[in-house]
Amino acid sequence: MPALLEVAAISCQYDQRTAVANTSFNLEEGMLACLLGPSGCGKTTVLRAIAGFQKLDAGSIHLNGRCISGVGANLPPERRNLSMVFQDHALFPHLTVEKNVAAGLHAAPAAEQRETTQLMLERVGLAGMNRRYPHELSGGQQQRVALARALAPSPQLLLMDEPFSNLDLDLREKLRQEVRNLLKDIGATCLLVTHDQQDAFTFGERVGVMKDGAIEQWDTAYRVYHQPVTRFVADFIGEGVFLDGVVSPDHQIKTELAVLHGLRDHRYPPGAPVKVLIRPDDIIHDDNSPRSAKIKKRTFRGENYLYTLSLPSGAEILSLAPSHHNHAVGENLGIVLDIDHLVVFSG
Amino acid sequence: MTSTEAATQRRGALRALPARWWPPARPDPWRLGAFLVAAVTVLPVIAILLLAFFPSENIWPHLLATSLPGYVANTLILLLGVGVSTLITGVTTAHLITTYEFPLRKSLEWLLLLPLAVPAYVIAYLYTDLLEFAGPVQQTLRALFGWRLAGDYWFPEVRGMGGAIMLMGLVLYPYVYLMARASFLEQSGYLTDVSRLMGRGPVNTFFYVSLPIARPAIAVGVALALMETLNDFGTVDFFAVHTLTAGLYDVWLNMGNLGGGAQIGATMLAFVIVLISLEYIGRRNRRFYQSAGRFNLKTRRPLAGGARWLALLLCALPVVFGFVVPAGLLLNHAIGNFHASWTSEFRVYAFNSLWVSVIASVACVVLAIGVGYARRLHRTASLAAAARIASLGYAVPGAVLAVGVIIPLAAFDNAVDAFFRARFGFGTGLLLSGTSFAIIFTYVIRFLAVSIGAVEASLGKVSESMDMAARTLGYGALQTLRRFHLPLIKSGVLTAALIVFVDCMKELPATLILRPFNFETLATHVYHFASDEMIERSALGALFIVLAGLIPVIILSRTIGAAGELSRTIGAAGELSRPTAAGNPTAPSPER
Repeated sequence: MPALLEVAAISCQYDQRTAVANTSFNLEEGMLACLLGPSGCGKTTVLRAIAGFQKLDAGSIHLNGRCISGVGANLPPERRNLSMVFQDHALFPHLTVEKNVAAGLHAAPAAEQRETTQLMLERVGLAGMNRRYPHELSGGQQQRVALARALAPSPQLLLMDEPFSNLDLDLREKLRQEVRNLLKDIGATCLLVTHDQQDAFTFGERVGVMKDGAIEQWDTAYRVYHQPVTRFVADFIGEGVFLDGVVSPDHQIKTELAVLHGLRDHRYPPGAPVKVLIRPDDIIHDDNSPRSAKIKKRTFRGENYLYTLSLPSGAEILSLAPSHHNHAVGENLGIVLDIDHLVVFSG
Repeated sequence: MTSTEAATQRRGALRALPARWWPPARPDPWRLGAFLVAAVTVLPVIAILLLAFFPSENIWPHLLATSLPGYVANTLILLLGVGVSTLITGVTTAHLITTYEFPLRKSLEWLLLLPLAVPAYVIAYLYTDLLEFAGPVQQTLRALFGWRLAGDYWFPEVRGMGGAIMLMGLVLYPYVYLMARASFLEQSGYLTDVSRLMGRGPVNTFFYVSLPIARPAIAVGVALALMETLNDFGTVDFFAVHTLTAGLYDVWLNMGNLGGGAQIGATMLAFVIVLISLEYIGRRNRRFYQSAGRFNLKTRRPLAGGARWLALLLCALPVVFGFVVPAGLLLNHAIGNFHASWTSEFRVYAFNSLWVSVIASVACVVLAIGVGYARRLHRTASLAAAARIASLGYAVPGAVLAVGVIIPLAAFDNAVDAFFRARFGFGTGLLLSGTSFAIIFTYVIRFLAVSIGAVEASLGKVSESMDMAARTLGYGALQTLRRFHLPLIKSGVLTAALIVFVDCMKELPATLILRPFNFETLATHVYHFASDEMIERSALGALFIVLAGLIPVIILSRTIGAAGELSRTIGAAGELSRPTAAGNPTAPSPER
């Protein structure tokens, strides 16, 4: 059974500038996926291409086995049976909530339109708001209306472009969960585009990390964090530093901190200079540990401290410690290494 | 992950797809339409250049040897004079209004726009009538001082270059005022604060900080004022100032030499290019100079003592002489001669003005929506260029445009006529060039810029995700425009239509050339009577034109609170208009 969405080697250009270069991925039915990347990495262009607003310069896009985009051929967006949710919600300001939700149902009989609209409004918790206008709603409510409108025509695929970026932090957290649960409930297939890792981690069963118009890694959130396949992904996702090391004859890695060996094999020959990714949660604070490093800087983060530690060579590592472990800059901090996933790149 | 091989395979499969899945391969009608509009708009300019440089009879040597140098010199003097005059009046009033607090300042802020409603030719007739030997001013002076003959005393002659510069400056300075005012308002108050703290006095600060920053905006204002100056025919004709525009009429209408007219037109196009460049450079640099963000807490300094009254006087003078006096005179004449003026002919002329202007403004708005929406659908450089080309007509003087329109239309008419004569034995005469079609066609080309600017500004306020939402919900391009865009840009479009309508009502030079035999509009009617020194009889028509001209001024003054920017002829209606619903449709209200 082929995937619901097949994006095959697509490239897109804007005014001679390549926005997307040879990008491929598949999305299974019922899957929630995220494209994650810094601004300008081409993730929104991919979304626009899938929706039919961006012409392809190479490659093709198939939806449900049917080709919807190719070079020189483009099924118009209105005939693709997919829906979109936007950062600015894009509600029609001159229409009521009810009419906004019904906007995609114009082909259905009136009774069915009313029924579906009512059902969708109940689903997103906005029953009774039918006659309101978008400007009378809060940001969160507007986003719920936008979601109801997008889901009402039962699209094959839901595309979301930074849907939570316009909301403040608490609401964002809440809505992320809500939307995820709702989409899983109805078994929707969704591709979300974001620059926010938390969005991607909470929401995405698959996360594609993009850089310069290409997907660097298409994987589960867990693997993207713990087993990044490129230095960019390692750098972009989470916090961490790269520590210099050398591959030893027995394929372990000798660093200033310790000789490291992980669960994963690496492909570097003995003697090769490498860089090892050390996350703050790999370095655990323990006052009784014989190993220690000098505190160079510390940042208070509420529930914990992020310590920047300096090693004798001048290299720095990060350590996350509970915030009641209050140590001054200049002190030596006892540390224990807890590195499960050895992430190694060439040095 | 799919390999490129698989992708190639799919591309192969793509070709094999049933045809009905795909829209038939035809060029997009929106794009095609936009290019067509641009092509038609640029046609007159091309026609002029062709006829000017490949004439049937070469009168260039003759023109160069005789009248052309004089025309060019006069045009340059007039442009220079009006430029300096509008610059001084516009910048001074804008600076006073934005920097100081003095009596009536708030009212004067919008009153200063009123002279824009008075066409230069109307004010020229009125002041000539007022200040000539037999006019009321000189009569009073003679009665007061006992003079009897013109030789007894010196009095300035209105009808001449000096008068033309003065009077045009009086009605065109608002272009500079508006642009300078907007720029002064946008400047961060901190900039002048810093300058003052560094020890510069207020005058020094003005010349060191405020004026240089406003320079690009002021350049745009002056460019627009000079485009109007170059366009003017009524004033220079009445004052017998032999500019290029006056020369074009002379060569073509009096000497019947279309080629010569085209050659003078081509010379004027050189001036146009300079003015467009001035405007373009100004607008381009303006972007870099817009400094003030949201922290623009500029307070006006209250003036004390005599300075208050001096500021009031300086700002009131242009309003009084540019609007109050001429409007008062018009009203007086119109009431005094109402029965002689309000004739059935007059009503026909008024109706003529009305219907040609209505058709032209509707056409402008429809075309502008087409071009603007095409650009929205395809954000390509070529369509942006097409929209620019379609907007160029505003800079081309009406008389030049008229010559450029008549050349292709007459060629078309002659071809059709010849065909019918040869084929069916009867002629069709002038189908397009000798009818009101030519007038409407010219209006549309000349004022399309106003509507394109307005529509694009209105459309620009509608978030692009709105289009994407509508399209993914199953609406086609046309349906999306009709159901979601038009309701949102409605008020911006209406404003644009209104401003084009008023511009058409006021238009004189092209109407005069292109009108069919016995076809008069209010503007040509006023011209005919006034140039025969019967200003009293034409006052009612002129009053109508001024009243219509007040409409855009009112629209403008309503939005002047915001730093409303000016495009052409109070243009950029879009920048001024604020579609109620589209204002900020998507800004979320705070959740808590």
